[in-house]
Amino acid sequence: MFYREAGDFSTTYPQDSQTFPIKFDRYRYYVVLAVAVLVMPFVMTDYLVNSIFLPFLIYAIAAIGLNILTGYCGQVSLGTGGFMAVGAYACYKLMTAFPDVNIFFHVILAGGITAMVGTLFGLPSLRIKGFYLAVATLAAQFFLVWLFNKVSWFYNYSASGQINAPERTVFGIEVTGPNTEAWATYLFCLVFTVGAAILARNLTRGSVGREWMAIRDMDIAAEIIGVNPLRAKLTAFAVSSFFVGISGALFFAVYLGAVEVGEVFGITKSFLVLFMIIIGGLGSIFGSFAGAAFLVVLPVVLKIVGVDLLGWPTDIVAHFQLVIVGGLIILFLILEPHGLAQLWRVAKEKLRLWPFPH
Amino acid sequence: MNYKLGTYAVAAMMAASPVMADLVFPSLSYRTGPYAAGGIPFADGYADYFTLLNERDGGIGGVETRVLECETGYNTEKGVECYEATKGEGSLVYQPLSTGITYQLIPKTTADGIPMHTMGYGRTSAANGSVFSHTFNYPANYWNGASGAINYLMSQGDIAGKKIALVYHNSAYGKEPIRTLEELSEKHGFELMLVAVDHPGQEQKSQWLQIRRERPDNVIMYGWGVMNQVAIQEAANIRYPMENFIGIWWSGSENDVLPAGDAANGYKALTFHGVGSDFPVFDDIQEHVVDKGLAAGAGDQIGTVLYNRGLYAAMLAAEAAKTAQEIHGEAEITPAMMRDGMEALEITEAKMTELGLPGFGPSFSVSCENHGGPGLIGMTQWDASAGTWSLISDFSETDMEVIQPLIDEDSASYASENNIEAGC
Repeated sequence: MFYREAGDFSTTYPQDSQTFPIKFDRYRYYVVLAVAVLVMPFVMTDYLVNSIFLPFLIYAIAAIGLNILTGYCGQVSLGTGGFMAVGAYACYKLMTAFPDVNIFFHVILAGGITAMVGTLFGLPSLRIKGFYLAVATLAAQFFLVWLFNKVSWFYNYSASGQINAPERTVFGIEVTGPNTEAWATYLFCLVFTVGAAILARNLTRGSVGREWMAIRDMDIAAEIIGVNPLRAKLTAFAVSSFFVGISGALFFAVYLGAVEVGEVFGITKSFLVLFMIIIGGLGSIFGSFAGAAFLVVLPVVLKIVGVDLLGWPTDIVAHFQLVIVGGLIILFLILEPHGLAQLWRVAKEKLRLWPFPH
Repeated sequence: MNYKLGTYAVAAMMAASPVMADLVFPSLSYRTGPYAAGGIPFADGYADYFTLLNERDGGIGGVETRVLECETGYNTEKGVECYEATKGEGSLVYQPLSTGITYQLIPKTTADGIPMHTMGYGRTSAANGSVFSHTFNYPANYWNGASGAINYLMSQGDIAGKKIALVYHNSAYGKEPIRTLEELSEKHGFELMLVAVDHPGQEQKSQWLQIRRERPDNVIMYGWGVMNQVAIQEAANIRYPMENFIGIWWSGSENDVLPAGDAANGYKALTFHGVGSDFPVFDDIQEHVVDKGLAAGAGDQIGTVLYNRGLYAAMLAAEAAKTAQEIHGEAEITPAMMRDGMEALEITEAKMTELGLPGFGPSFSVSCENHGGPGLIGMTQWDASAGTWSLISDFSETDMEVIQPLIDEDSASYASENNIEAGC
């Protein structure tokens, strides 16, 4: 009924292999994109942007990055927070060293630098996997945070060790610093999020993505059929870190504006992004978005319902948040290990047949 | 779907909130997380004082006050979210009680025209009001604290050639005093030893082994939350003489010394306000707040060091609001008026006595150039057997000759980074 395939014929191979092969799905995607670009900027307020949309867009990029590594290539990583810090500090150093270059390029360059660092820390993945790799990336997390705290060159020798984003503009419109407009920061991050999603989607369904998935499913079999594990794993680390670095740069420059590495990019950040892809769905781009939206919006909604509507004490609500998020993670792992993305896929299958399921 | 739900909920919240007919004092509190032990008493004291004003005086200048509490968990992202969620409700002044959140909010509050009061924390150079127009950190800042500790040591004897260790929380907060102490060590000829402790500070074994090996004559600590109690316990474990161990004011509450028991006896901490519940205002709080069942939180923190600090912060905010009402001749003040009130704030001994807080803090006045107050620092000491903190020195001057150039330098670099033209 909703997903009618009758009359939706593919006559060429590109048509057959497109991301949204069903017409309804495709048009829905265009509508969402059009609303996001053409309508949302006009209804943006400071509150909506700073509490919901910026964190959602930025975490979505980080979740896509981690999903490529963990979901598609099967390399468990707990270093996301550290790699985000690399992106943030790279962006800061570039912003202060080359003030005349557009911030847009700084963010992409910061992603590139993070990709290099990520590849470096990905080298052990050639020898170790699973649990052991998780510990190696955990070491990266702690090492990077320590490094940015220890070496004052990274924060331009400022007395407090904080980094502050100076004002930078795109087409004359400020996107970093305190005097930004809500819609400008939103659109700036949206461009990166959409770009990251399209790039990731196309990488994962091409030959590179197939190599990653082969390694994930069984590395020895993959090697026998001709996949080069060195190349596959290191490209996964590089691409993943690239996205995570971009999200870290945006997180620092656009969203927060000032960052203290130990607090903002600590181990909890790594866990948060990991929870996003677990709840959203491993090995799915849509899952990255769903997970990010879920974990960004859920605390805000719980706070609004608990504190503002029910009038509960703030600490009780904060504790309930921990309980509910923790409980949800357990529930998802037991009931639907493939996350929200799988729930959505199942729902879609049902809707394709509805109202005639037999 | 989720955005929709969020948007509806936000819209519902906006619709449900009452019209601005009261003075809103947001409280970005943290009653959860590794720093909750410090966050709870402060938030209680802050809320109780405004409840007292409502119950006893009918608010400030005839307008009821409302404390809008928002839980940050000492987390900067949540702090920003709390700020955005509350700023639209006519919030008069922000007091985030977190250096990290302060750094986020300095540019945002300036852009939005809402004042922020970071009492004894935050960015020290915000004392320069000509650059930081909307940030206030009176009556004392971290650099006053560092200088106050050194002054106290000098009053106890010559410190030239001695070795002084700084044990600090490895964050913006803990790093603040380093520059000042370096300058002071050059000036007075003592040796400075830096010992960093990483967030949240539960693991300090190696740091205290280093202190045991190097045997510094004095240890100064800039810690917060769980780090303090661990440090004091570790100091006791290596039998470091407690009277040579001085904490900043954020390292000097009951929570920090009680876990170490008798071993913490003699531990010292700096302060910029009085300790104990021996002030007339506490009788009023008992009568109008506690007995009516209106006390914030569990109501078990009254009279503790950090409760008093929350109370003091609320008192200064209320007095600034009063000053603003007088200046503008209007009872329902806006954040912009509140800023003027804070800048014209004058605390005299007579005013403190009238408020039931005689001798609780130094008298001082704020000006457009100086948002940092006089920086008068006192010293407190813990008596483990009696379970009380007591003031062991007067509130005395700190070395502004060293501090002022540092403030000017740091604020000038902030101004040039952010294209701010110095005002006043």
